[in-house]
Amino acid sequence: MSVQSPVSSDHQLARLLQIGVVLEEVVEARAEKHADEADDLDDEIHELLAEAADESAKHRERIEALVDKLDAETIPFDQIQMLVEQQYESDQDFDGVLYDQLCNEETAYKFYDDLIDSINTSDAEFSVDRTVLLEELTAIREEEEEGVEEVTTLMESRT
Amino acid sequence: MNTANQYLKAIYLVQEIEDGPASTGAIADMLDVSPASANEMIGKLENDGLCDHEKYKGVDLTDDGIVRARDALQNYCIIERFLVEVLDVDDFRVEAQQLEAVIDETVAERLDTIIDREPQCPDCFDANGDVCALLELEADAAD
Repeated sequence: MSVQSPVSSDHQLARLLQIGVVLEEVVEARAEKHADEADDLDDEIHELLAEAADESAKHRERIEALVDKLDAETIPFDQIQMLVEQQYESDQDFDGVLYDQLCNEETAYKFYDDLIDSINTSDAEFSVDRTVLLEELTAIREEEEEGVEEVTTLMESRT
Repeated sequence: MNTANQYLKAIYLVQEIEDGPASTGAIADMLDVSPASANEMIGKLENDGLCDHEKYKGVDLTDDGIVRARDALQNYCIIERFLVEVLDVDDFRVEAQQLEAVIDETVAERLDTIIDREPQCPDCFDANGDVCALLELEADAAD
């Protein structure tokens, strides 16, 4: 066990980015599953889920490009989609779907926020350009923050 | 997971292994820090009401400390299982220890949606083996 910085090598950075890819894949798969399974969703929620899945797919591709530069591999989307299918509870109403979507966005935001902090406090040199890495992660974190606001606004409009 | 939670988890596990109060040396060994650093953090945890420290006897978690330690251990279990089941990492113990500082409970909860974790978690954690005892059984069965 160690209480040292978790991002002190290419390997550790690649591992964290792989986890980022998996989180995006979970968001994408769960959003698609909600859209297919829940039966009381209106057009506004369907649109939100479609946008969330689309945004996650784009984030995933951007992080995969960083992982490629670190000479590592990512977990294929269909593998995560299968795991989501296996654990999915299908009896969710629109409240449950929106709440889950909020958790998705908040989790992704928190993950990128912690990762950026860890990289900033690490003096390790990585194979990927540090400025590019931080710019990319910061841009994705901002989009996740906007996602949190979007879902929160939608939830508040329905109370 | 923040540093305080890593300490609480370590104290909880050392108490399990020693079946009594945790010695500062054993806590420092488990966290790979100096005994002086361990003593400093134990003092802070004691001030926060999360543990009691008696010189020459050791550290006992309070009820509040046990709750937080078990939450931290559960997060750690999720990270270990995720590394094994999803990412297929051989050296999962070492990597989980590195990752626990940056994977907090919010992120762990999402990772938990795609792994098979038993309802009795974290009671099935083997402190000596630093792994869920049930995960070991599954790994053995797969061999």
